[in-house]
Amino acid sequence: MKYTQGLYPIISKKAIAAEIYDMTIRCPHIAKAAVCGQFVNIKADGFMLRRPISICGIDKENGTLRIVFEVRGKGTKALSQLAEGQLIDIVAPLGGRGFTLLEKDKKAVIIGGGIGNPPMLPIAQHYGRNATVISGFRNASAVILQKDFAASGADVILCTDDGSAGRKGFVTDALAETLKSGKPDIIYACGPSVMLKRIISQAKEAGVKCEVSLEERMGCGVGGCLVCACRTIRDGEEYYAHVCKDGPVFDAEEVLFDD
Amino acid sequence: MTDMSRLGIDFAGVHFKNPIVPASGTFGYGKEFEEFYSLSELGGISVKGTTGTRRNGNLPPRIAETPSGMLNSVGLQNPGIDHFIAEELPYLKTKDTVIIANIAGSTAEEYREIAEKLDSTDVDMIEVNISCPNVKAGGAAFGVSCEGAAHITSIVRKATKKPVMMKLSPNVTSIADIAKACEAEGADAVSLINTLLGMRIDIRTGRPILHNNVGGLSGPAVFPVAVRMVWQVANAVKIPVCGMGGVSSWEDAVEIMMAGASLVQVGAAIFNDPMVPVKITKGLADHCNEKDIMLRDIVGAVKPW
Repeated sequence: MKYTQGLYPIISKKAIAAEIYDMTIRCPHIAKAAVCGQFVNIKADGFMLRRPISICGIDKENGTLRIVFEVRGKGTKALSQLAEGQLIDIVAPLGGRGFTLLEKDKKAVIIGGGIGNPPMLPIAQHYGRNATVISGFRNASAVILQKDFAASGADVILCTDDGSAGRKGFVTDALAETLKSGKPDIIYACGPSVMLKRIISQAKEAGVKCEVSLEERMGCGVGGCLVCACRTIRDGEEYYAHVCKDGPVFDAEEVLFDD
Repeated sequence: MTDMSRLGIDFAGVHFKNPIVPASGTFGYGKEFEEFYSLSELGGISVKGTTGTRRNGNLPPRIAETPSGMLNSVGLQNPGIDHFIAEELPYLKTKDTVIIANIAGSTAEEYREIAEKLDSTDVDMIEVNISCPNVKAGGAAFGVSCEGAAHITSIVRKATKKPVMMKLSPNVTSIADIAKACEAEGADAVSLINTLLGMRIDIRTGRPILHNNVGGLSGPAVFPVAVRMVWQVANAVKIPVCGMGGVSSWEDAVEIMMAGASLVQVGAAIFNDPMVPVKITKGLADHCNEKDIMLRDIVGAVKPW
Protein backbone atom coordinates (compact mmCIF):
# COMPACT_ATOMS: atom_id res chain seq x y z
CA MET A 1 0.00 0.00 0.00
CA LYS A 2 1.83 3.06 -1.28
CA TYR A 3 -0.82 5.64 -0.35
CA THR A 4 -2.28 6.59 3.00
CA GLN A 5 -5.26 8.72 3.95
CA GLY A 6 -5.29 9.93 7.53
CA LEU A 7 -5.36 12.70 10.10
CA TYR A 8 -1.95 13.92 11.23
CA PRO A 9 -0.84 16.62 13.66
CA ILE A 10 0.46 19.96 12.45
CA ILE A 11 3.58 20.54 14.50
CA SER A 12 4.40 24.00 13.21
CA LYS A 13 2.72 26.60 11.07
CA LYS A 14 3.77 30.11 10.19
CA ALA A 15 3.18 32.78 7.59
CA ILE A 16 6.39 33.36 5.63
CA ALA A 17 5.17 35.98 3.16
CA ALA A 18 1.90 37.62 2.24
CA GLU A 19 -0.64 34.77 1.96
CA ILE A 20 2.09 32.11 1.97
CA TYR A 21 2.20 29.55 4.76
CA ASP A 22 4.82 27.08 5.92
CA MET A 23 3.53 23.98 7.69
CA THR A 24 5.19 20.89 9.12
CA ILE A 25 3.15 17.73 9.61
CA ARG A 26 4.14 14.70 11.69
CA CYS A 27 3.34 11.60 9.61
CA PRO A 28 6.25 9.16 10.05
CA HIS A 29 5.31 6.39 7.66
CA ILE A 30 4.28 8.85 4.92
CA ALA A 31 7.56 10.74 5.36
CA LYS A 32 9.39 7.44 5.13
CA ALA A 33 7.73 6.62 1.81
CA ALA A 34 7.87 10.10 0.25
CA VAL A 35 10.31 11.09 -2.48
CA CYS A 36 11.44 14.43 -3.80
CA GLY A 37 8.88 15.95 -6.20
CA GLN A 38 5.78 14.26 -4.80
CA PHE A 39 2.76 16.01 -3.30
CA VAL A 40 0.13 15.67 -0.59
CA ASN A 41 -3.59 16.02 -1.27
CA ILE A 42 -5.19 17.96 1.57
CA LYS A 43 -8.80 18.09 2.62
CA ALA A 44 -10.12 21.58 3.28
CA ASP A 45 -13.15 21.48 5.56
CA GLY A 46 -16.34 22.18 3.67
CA PHE A 47 -14.84 21.65 0.21
CA MET A 48 -15.46 18.80 -2.19
CA LEU A 49 -12.03 18.62 -3.74
CA ARG A 50 -8.73 18.21 -1.95
CA ARG A 51 -5.91 20.70 -2.54
CA PRO A 52 -2.74 19.18 -4.00
CA ILE A 53 0.34 20.79 -2.42
CA SER A 54 3.92 19.93 -3.31
CA ILE A 55 6.27 18.62 -0.66
CA CYS A 56 8.92 21.16 0.34
CA GLY A 57 10.77 19.02 2.87
CA ILE A 58 11.03 15.36 3.82
CA ASP A 59 12.56 14.59 7.22
CA LYS A 60 12.63 10.82 7.44
CA GLU A 61 14.46 10.85 10.80
CA ASN A 62 11.88 12.99 12.56
CA GLY A 63 8.99 11.60 10.52
CA THR A 64 7.78 14.94 9.19
CA LEU A 65 6.78 16.53 5.91
CA ARG A 66 7.00 20.25 5.24
CA ILE A 67 4.64 22.03 2.87
CA VAL A 68 4.63 25.65 1.74
CA PHE A 69 1.48 26.89 0.04
CA GLU A 70 -0.14 30.05 -1.17
CA VAL A 71 -3.70 31.10 -0.43
CA ARG A 72 -5.28 31.08 -3.88
CA GLY A 73 -8.96 30.78 -2.96
CA LYS A 74 -11.38 29.80 -0.24
CA GLY A 75 -10.07 26.24 0.10
CA THR A 76 -6.43 27.17 0.66
CA LYS A 77 -7.68 30.00 2.92
CA ALA A 78 -9.36 27.36 5.10
CA LEU A 79 -6.11 25.35 5.17
CA SER A 80 -4.17 28.44 6.19
CA GLN A 81 -6.45 28.80 9.22
CA LEU A 82 -5.49 25.43 10.65
CA ALA A 83 -3.35 25.90 13.74
CA GLU A 84 -0.36 24.18 15.26
CA GLY A 85 -1.54 21.13 17.19
CA GLN A 86 -4.62 20.59 15.03
CA LEU A 87 -5.02 17.55 12.80
CA ILE A 88 -4.87 17.81 9.03
CA ASP A 89 -6.48 15.25 6.69
CA ILE A 90 -4.02 14.27 3.98
CA VAL A 91 -3.67 11.64 1.28
CA ALA A 92 0.00 11.04 0.55
CA PRO A 93 2.60 10.55 -0.72
CA LEU A 94 1.12 11.09 -4.19
CA GLY A 95 2.73 11.43 -7.58
CA GLY A 96 3.88 8.46 -9.64
CA ARG A 97 7.04 10.26 -10.67
CA GLY A 98 9.19 12.63 -8.68
CA PHE A 99 12.46 14.32 -9.67
CA THR A 100 15.32 12.13 -10.86
CA LEU A 101 18.27 12.83 -8.60
CA LEU A 102 21.69 12.21 -10.10
CA GLU A 103 24.87 11.61 -8.09
CA LYS A 104 25.42 14.44 -5.60
CA ASP A 105 28.59 15.58 -7.37
CA LYS A 106 26.77 16.33 -10.66
CA LYS A 107 26.05 19.93 -11.55
CA ALA A 108 22.38 20.90 -11.32
CA VAL A 109 20.52 24.09 -12.12
CA ILE A 110 17.30 24.34 -10.13
CA ILE A 111 14.70 26.92 -11.11
CA GLY A 112 11.60 27.91 -9.19
CA GLY A 113 9.08 30.55 -10.17
CA GLY A 114 6.90 31.94 -7.36
CA ILE A 115 5.02 29.19 -5.58
CA GLY A 116 6.97 26.79 -7.81
CA ASN A 117 9.93 27.28 -5.44
CA PRO A 118 8.94 24.98 -2.54
CA PRO A 119 9.31 21.62 -4.33
CA MET A 120 12.80 22.65 -5.46
CA LEU A 121 14.29 22.89 -1.97
CA PRO A 122 14.85 19.13 -1.48
CA ILE A 123 16.71 19.03 -4.82
CA ALA A 124 18.98 21.85 -3.71
CA GLN A 125 19.64 19.99 -0.47
CA HIS A 126 20.61 16.89 -2.45
CA TYR A 127 23.18 18.63 -4.66
CA GLY A 128 24.35 21.19 -2.09
CA ARG A 129 27.22 23.28 -3.39
CA ASN A 130 27.02 21.61 -6.81
CA ALA A 131 23.69 23.28 -7.41
CA THR A 132 22.78 26.66 -8.78
CA VAL A 133 19.34 27.74 -7.64
CA ILE A 134 17.54 30.39 -9.67
CA SER A 135 14.65 31.59 -7.61
CA GLY A 136 12.19 34.04 -9.14
CA PHE A 137 9.30 36.09 -7.72
CA ARG A 138 6.99 38.94 -8.68
CA ASN A 139 8.46 41.30 -6.10
CA ALA A 140 10.18 41.46 -2.70
CA SER A 141 6.97 40.79 -0.75
CA ALA A 142 6.54 37.40 -2.45
CA VAL A 143 10.09 36.15 -1.78
CA ILE A 144 10.29 32.92 0.25
CA LEU A 145 12.76 30.18 1.21
CA GLN A 146 15.95 32.15 0.52
CA LYS A 147 17.56 31.18 3.84
CA ASP A 148 16.70 27.52 3.22
CA PHE A 149 18.19 27.58 -0.26
CA ALA A 150 21.32 29.31 1.04
CA ALA A 151 21.64 26.76 3.87
CA SER A 152 21.66 23.94 1.30
CA GLY A 153 25.04 25.22 0.15
CA ALA A 154 23.79 25.97 -3.35
CA ASP A 155 24.72 29.09 -5.23
CA VAL A 156 21.46 31.07 -5.17
CA ILE A 157 20.41 33.69 -7.72
CA LEU A 158 17.34 35.64 -6.59
CA CYS A 159 15.36 37.43 -9.29
CA THR A 160 12.28 39.62 -9.08
CA ASP A 161 10.21 40.94 -11.95
CA ASP A 162 10.46 44.51 -10.63
CA GLY A 163 13.94 44.37 -9.10
CA SER A 164 12.64 45.00 -5.57
CA ALA A 165 14.75 42.08 -4.34
CA GLY A 166 17.77 40.40 -5.89
CA ARG A 167 18.37 41.14 -9.54
CA LYS A 168 15.72 42.58 -11.83
CA GLY A 169 14.49 40.22 -14.49
CA PHE A 170 13.14 36.78 -15.19
CA VAL A 171 14.63 33.45 -14.16
CA THR A 172 15.10 32.67 -17.84
CA ASP A 173 17.55 35.59 -18.18
CA ALA A 174 19.56 34.23 -15.25
CA LEU A 175 19.43 30.75 -16.78
CA ALA A 176 20.79 32.06 -20.09
CA GLU A 177 23.78 33.58 -18.26
CA THR A 178 24.34 30.48 -16.18
CA LEU A 179 24.34 28.28 -19.28
CA LYS A 180 26.93 30.57 -20.88
CA SER A 181 29.34 29.98 -18.03
CA GLY A 182 29.17 26.19 -18.24
CA LYS A 183 26.94 23.25 -19.08
CA PRO A 184 25.20 21.60 -16.11
CA ASP A 185 24.27 17.90 -16.06
CA ILE A 186 20.60 18.60 -15.44
CA ILE A 187 18.06 21.39 -15.14
CA TYR A 188 14.96 21.21 -12.95
CA ALA A 189 12.07 23.67 -13.09
CA CYS A 190 8.70 24.37 -11.52
CA GLY A 191 6.58 27.46 -12.04
CA PRO A 192 4.15 29.13 -14.45
CA SER A 193 3.79 27.39 -17.81
CA VAL A 194 5.11 30.38 -19.77
CA MET A 195 8.31 30.10 -17.71
CA LEU A 196 8.54 26.33 -18.15
CA LYS A 197 8.02 26.59 -21.87
CA ARG A 198 10.94 29.01 -22.20
CA ILE A 199 13.21 26.96 -19.93
CA ILE A 200 12.47 23.80 -21.87
CA SER A 201 13.59 25.42 -25.11
CA GLN A 202 16.71 26.87 -23.43
CA ALA A 203 17.61 23.42 -22.08
CA LYS A 204 17.06 21.85 -25.46
CA GLU A 205 19.26 24.43 -27.19
CA ALA A 206 22.00 23.82 -24.64
CA GLY A 207 21.59 20.05 -24.91
CA VAL A 208 20.94 19.61 -21.20
CA LYS A 209 18.54 17.09 -19.68
CA CYS A 210 15.60 18.89 -18.09
CA GLU A 211 12.75 17.88 -15.80
CA VAL A 212 9.69 20.00 -15.04
CA SER A 213 6.99 19.70 -12.41
CA LEU A 214 3.51 20.50 -13.70
CA GLU A 215 0.21 21.42 -12.12
CA GLU A 216 -3.37 21.07 -13.31
CA ARG A 217 -6.80 21.13 -11.67
CA MET A 218 -6.99 17.75 -9.98
CA GLY A 219 -9.68 15.33 -8.84
CA CYS A 220 -8.82 12.04 -7.12
CA GLY A 221 -5.05 12.62 -7.04
CA VAL A 222 -4.15 9.00 -7.79
CA GLY A 223 -5.02 8.38 -11.45
CA GLY A 224 -8.58 7.16 -11.09
CA CYS A 225 -10.55 10.05 -12.54
CA LEU A 226 -8.28 11.33 -15.33
CA VAL A 227 -9.19 15.00 -14.91
CA CYS A 228 -5.68 16.45 -14.44
CA ALA A 229 -4.74 15.89 -18.07
CA CYS A 230 -1.66 17.52 -19.57
CA ARG A 231 -0.55 17.33 -23.17
CA THR A 232 2.44 15.08 -23.76
CA ILE A 233 4.07 13.07 -26.51
CA ARG A 234 4.16 9.33 -25.99
CA ASP A 235 5.46 6.92 -28.63
CA GLY A 236 5.39 9.72 -31.19
CA GLU A 237 1.71 10.47 -30.60
CA GLU A 238 -0.01 13.16 -28.59
CA TYR A 239 -1.27 11.71 -25.32
CA TYR A 240 -3.07 13.35 -22.41
CA ALA A 241 -1.01 12.19 -19.46
CA HIS A 242 -2.17 12.82 -15.92
CA VAL A 243 -0.25 15.10 -13.58
CA CYS A 244 -1.12 13.08 -10.46
CA LYS A 245 -0.08 9.65 -11.65
CA ASP A 246 2.25 10.08 -14.64
CA GLY A 247 3.89 13.11 -12.98
CA PRO A 248 3.88 15.62 -11.49
CA VAL A 249 7.44 15.54 -12.85
CA PHE A 250 7.90 15.05 -16.59
CA ASP A 251 10.87 15.00 -18.94
CA ALA A 252 11.01 18.30 -20.79
CA GLU A 253 10.82 16.64 -24.19
CA GLU A 254 7.54 14.89 -23.29
CA VAL A 255 5.62 18.05 -22.51
CA LEU A 256 3.52 20.00 -25.03
CA PHE A 257 2.25 23.51 -24.39
CA ASP A 258 -0.69 25.34 -25.90
CA ASP A 259 0.47 27.98 -28.35
CA MET B 1 -13.61 -7.51 12.64
CA THR B 2 -17.00 -6.21 11.65
CA ASP B 3 -19.55 -8.87 10.69
CA MET B 4 -20.26 -8.15 6.99
CA SER B 5 -22.66 -11.05 6.50
CA ARG B 6 -25.80 -8.94 6.43
CA LEU B 7 -24.83 -6.93 3.34
CA GLY B 8 -25.26 -9.48 0.53
CA ILE B 9 -27.48 -8.52 -2.41
CA ASP B 10 -28.55 -10.47 -5.49
CA PHE B 11 -28.82 -8.02 -8.34
CA ALA B 12 -29.80 -8.93 -11.92
CA GLY B 13 -28.68 -12.51 -11.30
CA VAL B 14 -25.29 -11.52 -9.88
CA HIS B 15 -24.40 -11.87 -6.21
CA PHE B 16 -22.72 -8.88 -4.57
CA LYS B 17 -21.27 -9.46 -1.10
CA ASN B 18 -22.12 -5.84 -0.32
CA PRO B 19 -23.91 -3.22 -2.42
CA ILE B 20 -21.12 -0.63 -2.61
CA VAL B 21 -19.59 -0.14 -6.04
CA PRO B 22 -17.18 2.68 -7.04
CA ALA B 23 -18.81 4.49 -9.94
CA SER B 24 -17.45 4.46 -13.45
CA GLY B 25 -15.08 7.29 -14.22
CA THR B 26 -14.03 7.89 -10.63
CA PHE B 27 -12.02 4.73 -10.08
CA GLY B 28 -10.04 4.05 -13.27
CA TYR B 29 -9.69 0.30 -13.70
CA GLY B 30 -9.24 -0.08 -9.96
CA LYS B 31 -5.49 -0.68 -9.73
CA GLU B 32 -4.65 2.74 -8.30
CA PHE B 33 -6.91 2.13 -5.32
CA GLU B 34 -5.20 -1.14 -4.43
CA GLU B 35 -2.63 1.22 -2.93
CA PHE B 36 -5.24 2.10 -0.28
CA TYR B 37 -7.15 -1.18 0.30
CA SER B 38 -7.85 -4.51 -1.28
CA LEU B 39 -10.35 -4.29 -4.13
CA SER B 40 -11.84 -7.49 -2.70
CA GLU B 41 -13.43 -5.36 0.04
CA LEU B 42 -15.73 -3.79 -2.55
CA GLY B 43 -19.11 -5.15 -3.63
CA GLY B 44 -18.11 -4.51 -7.21
CA ILE B 45 -16.26 -2.10 -9.46
CA SER B 46 -17.77 -0.22 -12.36
CA VAL B 47 -14.71 0.45 -14.48
CA LYS B 48 -13.86 3.51 -16.53
CA GLY B 49 -16.23 4.00 -19.49
CA THR B 50 -14.61 2.15 -22.36
CA THR B 51 -15.12 2.75 -26.07
CA GLY B 52 -14.38 0.76 -29.22
CA THR B 53 -11.02 2.41 -29.74
CA ARG B 54 -8.71 4.57 -27.64
CA ARG B 55 -9.96 8.09 -26.87
CA ASN B 56 -7.78 10.97 -25.75
CA GLY B 57 -10.59 12.88 -24.03
CA ASN B 58 -11.16 16.61 -23.73
CA LEU B 59 -8.62 19.38 -23.29
CA PRO B 60 -8.01 20.48 -19.69
CA PRO B 61 -9.25 21.96 -17.44
CA ARG B 62 -11.58 19.04 -16.96
CA ILE B 63 -12.78 19.76 -13.44
CA ALA B 64 -14.34 22.64 -11.54
CA GLU B 65 -15.40 22.75 -7.91
CA THR B 66 -18.96 23.82 -7.12
CA PRO B 67 -20.90 24.29 -3.89
CA SER B 68 -21.10 20.76 -2.44
CA GLY B 69 -20.04 19.22 -5.69
CA MET B 70 -17.99 19.39 -8.84
CA LEU B 71 -18.24 19.54 -12.61
CA ASN B 72 -16.19 17.26 -14.82
CA SER B 73 -15.69 16.94 -18.54
CA VAL B 74 -13.13 14.20 -19.06
CA GLY B 75 -14.68 13.22 -22.38
CA LEU B 76 -14.30 9.45 -21.99
CA GLN B 77 -10.52 9.25 -22.13
CA ASN B 78 -9.80 5.52 -22.21
CA PRO B 79 -7.46 3.01 -23.87
CA GLY B 80 -10.21 1.16 -25.78
CA ILE B 81 -12.00 -2.15 -25.29
CA ASP B 82 -9.22 -4.42 -26.59
CA HIS B 83 -6.78 -2.95 -24.08
CA PHE B 84 -9.35 -3.36 -21.31
CA ILE B 85 -9.91 -7.02 -22.12
CA ALA B 86 -6.23 -7.88 -22.58
CA GLU B 87 -4.54 -5.69 -19.97
CA GLU B 88 -7.00 -4.71 -17.25
CA LEU B 89 -9.61 -7.45 -16.93
CA PRO B 90 -7.27 -10.37 -16.08
CA TYR B 91 -5.94 -8.44 -13.09
CA LEU B 92 -9.41 -7.35 -11.96
CA LYS B 93 -10.64 -10.94 -12.14
CA THR B 94 -8.06 -12.00 -9.56
CA LYS B 95 -10.05 -9.94 -7.05
CA ASP B 96 -13.02 -11.23 -5.12
CA THR B 97 -15.41 -8.57 -6.38
CA VAL B 98 -17.98 -8.13 -9.15
CA ILE B 99 -16.52 -6.59 -12.31
CA ILE B 100 -18.89 -4.34 -14.21
CA ALA B 101 -17.64 -3.26 -17.64
CA ASN B 102 -18.91 0.23 -18.42
CA ILE B 103 -19.18 0.84 -22.16
CA ALA B 104 -19.89 3.83 -24.39
CA GLY B 105 -20.11 4.37 -28.12
CA SER B 106 -20.50 7.13 -30.67
CA THR B 107 -22.79 4.94 -32.77
CA ALA B 108 -25.15 2.04 -32.16
CA GLU B 109 -22.72 -0.13 -34.10
CA GLU B 110 -19.91 0.73 -31.69
CA TYR B 111 -22.05 -0.34 -28.72
CA ARG B 112 -22.81 -3.62 -30.49
CA GLU B 113 -19.14 -4.36 -31.24
CA ILE B 114 -18.02 -3.68 -27.69
CA ALA B 115 -20.83 -5.77 -26.18
CA GLU B 116 -19.98 -8.66 -28.51
CA LYS B 117 -16.33 -8.50 -27.51
CA LEU B 118 -17.24 -8.53 -23.82
CA ASP B 119 -19.67 -11.42 -24.24
CA SER B 120 -16.84 -13.93 -24.48
CA THR B 121 -14.92 -12.50 -21.50
CA ASP B 122 -15.53 -13.13 -17.83
CA VAL B 123 -16.84 -9.69 -16.90
CA ASP B 124 -19.84 -10.16 -14.63
CA MET B 125 -22.08 -7.43 -15.97
CA ILE B 126 -22.18 -4.72 -18.62
CA GLU B 127 -23.21 -1.19 -17.73
CA VAL B 128 -24.18 0.74 -20.83
CA ASN B 129 -23.48 4.44 -20.66
CA ILE B 130 -26.09 6.26 -22.73
CA SER B 131 -25.75 9.37 -20.64
CA CYS B 132 -22.25 10.83 -20.87
CA PRO B 133 -22.73 14.59 -21.20
CA ASN B 134 -19.13 15.26 -22.24
CA VAL B 135 -18.76 13.81 -25.72
CA LYS B 136 -19.96 15.27 -28.98
CA ALA B 137 -21.29 12.13 -30.66
CA GLY B 138 -23.34 9.37 -29.06
CA GLY B 139 -23.32 9.35 -25.28
CA ALA B 140 -26.22 11.30 -23.91
CA ALA B 141 -27.72 11.72 -27.39
CA PHE B 142 -29.07 8.17 -27.06
CA GLY B 143 -30.06 8.53 -23.43
CA VAL B 144 -32.34 11.54 -23.65
CA SER B 145 -35.13 9.93 -25.66
CA CYS B 146 -37.10 6.74 -25.09
CA GLU B 147 -36.46 5.71 -28.71
CA GLY B 148 -32.69 6.19 -28.42
CA ALA B 149 -32.48 4.38 -25.08
CA ALA B 150 -34.63 1.52 -26.37
CA HIS B 151 -32.57 1.23 -29.54
CA ILE B 152 -29.22 0.92 -27.73
CA THR B 153 -30.73 -1.48 -25.18
CA SER B 154 -32.00 -3.79 -27.89
CA ILE B 155 -28.67 -3.70 -29.79
CA VAL B 156 -26.66 -4.57 -26.68
CA ARG B 157 -29.24 -7.11 -25.52
CA LYS B 158 -28.86 -9.02 -28.80
CA ALA B 159 -25.06 -8.84 -28.65
CA THR B 160 -24.56 -10.42 -25.23
CA LYS B 161 -25.96 -12.84 -22.70
CA LYS B 162 -24.28 -10.93 -19.87
CA PRO B 163 -26.55 -9.00 -17.51
CA VAL B 164 -27.12 -5.58 -19.10
CA MET B 165 -27.55 -2.47 -16.96
CA MET B 166 -28.47 0.76 -18.73
CA LYS B 167 -26.99 3.92 -17.16
CA LEU B 168 -29.49 6.72 -17.41
CA SER B 169 -29.21 10.47 -17.79
CA PRO B 170 -31.00 12.81 -15.39
CA ASN B 171 -31.11 15.46 -18.10
CA VAL B 172 -34.55 14.33 -19.28
CA THR B 173 -38.19 15.19 -18.65
CA SER B 174 -39.20 11.76 -17.37
CA ILE B 175 -36.46 9.36 -16.35
CA ALA B 176 -39.10 6.77 -15.43
CA ASP B 177 -40.25 6.64 -19.07
CA ILE B 178 -36.65 6.12 -20.26
CA ALA B 179 -36.23 3.31 -17.71
CA LYS B 180 -39.44 1.66 -18.90
CA ALA B 181 -38.23 1.85 -22.50
CA CYS B 182 -34.99 0.07 -21.49
CA GLU B 183 -36.89 -2.56 -19.52
CA ALA B 184 -39.17 -3.26 -22.49
CA GLU B 185 -36.12 -4.01 -24.67
CA GLY B 186 -34.70 -6.53 -22.23
CA ALA B 187 -32.42 -4.55 -19.90
CA ASP B 188 -31.69 -6.54 -16.73
CA ALA B 189 -31.21 -3.42 -14.61
CA VAL B 190 -30.87 0.34 -14.75
CA SER B 191 -28.37 2.58 -12.98
CA LEU B 192 -28.94 6.25 -12.24
CA ILE B 193 -28.16 9.05 -12.15
CA ASN B 194 -25.32 10.07 -14.41
CA THR B 195 -24.23 13.68 -13.96
CA LEU B 196 -26.41 16.75 -14.44
CA LEU B 197 -25.22 19.12 -17.14
CA GLY B 198 -23.76 22.29 -15.65
CA MET B 199 -21.41 25.21 -16.28
CA ARG B 200 -19.12 27.57 -14.35
CA ILE B 201 -17.54 30.78 -15.62
CA ASP B 202 -14.41 32.50 -14.30
CA ILE B 203 -15.75 36.03 -13.91
CA ARG B 204 -12.26 37.57 -14.15
CA THR B 205 -11.53 36.13 -17.57
CA GLY B 206 -15.05 35.53 -18.86
CA ARG B 207 -13.95 32.00 -19.76
CA PRO B 208 -15.82 28.88 -18.70
CA ILE B 209 -13.67 27.00 -16.17
CA LEU B 210 -14.02 23.79 -18.15
CA HIS B 211 -12.36 23.75 -21.55
CA ASN B 212 -15.42 21.86 -22.82
CA ASN B 213 -17.47 24.85 -21.56
CA VAL B 214 -20.03 22.55 -19.96
CA GLY B 215 -19.70 19.41 -17.86
CA GLY B 216 -21.41 16.99 -15.56
CA LEU B 217 -22.35 17.98 -12.02
CA SER B 218 -21.88 15.39 -9.29
CA GLY B 219 -21.35 15.24 -5.55
CA PRO B 220 -23.63 15.89 -2.56
CA ALA B 221 -25.32 18.74 -4.47
CA VAL B 222 -27.10 16.21 -6.72
CA PHE B 223 -28.00 13.68 -4.02
CA PRO B 224 -31.64 14.77 -3.52
CA VAL B 225 -32.18 14.65 -7.28
CA ALA B 226 -30.75 11.13 -7.35
CA VAL B 227 -32.97 9.97 -4.48
CA ARG B 228 -36.04 11.38 -6.20
CA MET B 229 -35.20 9.81 -9.56
CA VAL B 230 -34.34 6.42 -8.05
CA TRP B 231 -37.69 6.48 -6.25
CA GLN B 232 -39.59 7.36 -9.41
CA VAL B 233 -37.80 4.72 -11.49
CA ALA B 234 -38.09 1.99 -8.83
CA ASN B 235 -41.82 2.58 -8.82
CA ALA B 236 -42.03 2.40 -12.61
CA VAL B 237 -40.04 -0.75 -13.45
CA LYS B 238 -39.73 -4.31 -12.15
CA ILE B 239 -36.00 -4.67 -12.92
CA PRO B 240 -33.57 -3.74 -10.15
CA VAL B 241 -32.19 -0.23 -9.79
CA CYS B 242 -28.60 0.74 -9.03
CA GLY B 243 -28.65 4.15 -7.35
CA MET B 244 -25.93 6.78 -7.47
CA GLY B 245 -25.46 10.53 -7.38
CA GLY B 246 -23.75 12.23 -4.47
CA VAL B 247 -23.70 9.26 -2.09
CA SER B 248 -21.01 10.16 0.45
CA SER B 249 -21.83 8.30 3.68
CA TRP B 250 -23.48 5.11 4.88
CA GLU B 251 -26.53 7.16 5.79
CA ASP B 252 -26.79 8.36 2.18
CA ALA B 253 -26.51 4.74 1.02
CA VAL B 254 -29.37 3.71 3.31
CA GLU B 255 -31.45 6.63 2.06
CA ILE B 256 -31.02 5.87 -1.63
CA MET B 257 -31.69 2.17 -0.92
CA MET B 258 -34.89 3.10 0.89
CA ALA B 259 -35.85 5.01 -2.25
CA GLY B 260 -35.55 1.76 -4.18
CA ALA B 261 -31.90 1.12 -5.08
CA SER B 262 -30.59 -2.37 -4.38
CA LEU B 263 -27.06 -1.52 -5.47
CA VAL B 264 -25.26 1.76 -4.75
CA GLN B 265 -22.47 3.41 -6.70
CA VAL B 266 -20.18 5.93 -5.06
CA GLY B 267 -18.39 8.43 -7.28
CA ALA B 268 -17.36 12.00 -6.53
CA ALA B 269 -17.10 11.26 -2.80
CA ILE B 270 -14.01 9.20 -3.60
CA PHE B 271 -12.21 12.41 -4.60
CA ASN B 272 -12.89 13.82 -1.16
CA ASP B 273 -11.89 10.59 0.55
CA PRO B 274 -10.47 7.63 -1.38
CA MET B 275 -11.38 5.40 1.58
CA VAL B 276 -15.08 6.24 1.38
CA PRO B 277 -16.30 3.02 -0.30
CA VAL B 278 -14.90 0.86 2.50
CA LYS B 279 -16.00 3.34 5.18
CA ILE B 280 -19.57 3.23 3.82
CA THR B 281 -19.53 -0.57 3.74
CA LYS B 282 -18.42 -0.74 7.35
CA GLY B 283 -21.05 1.83 8.33
CA LEU B 284 -23.76 -0.25 6.64
CA ALA B 285 -22.58 -3.40 8.40
CA ASP B 286 -22.60 -1.68 11.80
CA HIS B 287 -26.08 -0.32 11.07
CA CYS B 288 -27.47 -3.75 10.10
CA ASN B 289 -25.80 -5.50 13.03
CA GLU B 290 -27.12 -2.92 15.46
CA LYS B 291 -30.67 -3.03 14.03
CA ASP B 292 -30.52 -6.80 13.55
CA ILE B 293 -31.67 -6.53 9.93
CA MET B 294 -30.52 -7.76 6.55
CA LEU B 295 -29.52 -4.84 4.34
CA ARG B 296 -31.65 -6.08 1.42
CA ASP B 297 -34.75 -5.58 3.61
CA ILE B 298 -34.41 -1.80 3.43
CA VAL B 299 -34.57 -1.68 -0.37
CA GLY B 300 -37.66 0.37 -1.27
CA ALA B 301 -38.64 0.63 2.38
CA VAL B 302 -39.55 4.30 2.15
CA LYS B 303 -43.07 4.97 3.42
CA PRO B 304 -44.33 7.79 1.21
CA TRP B 305 -46.90 10.17 2.55
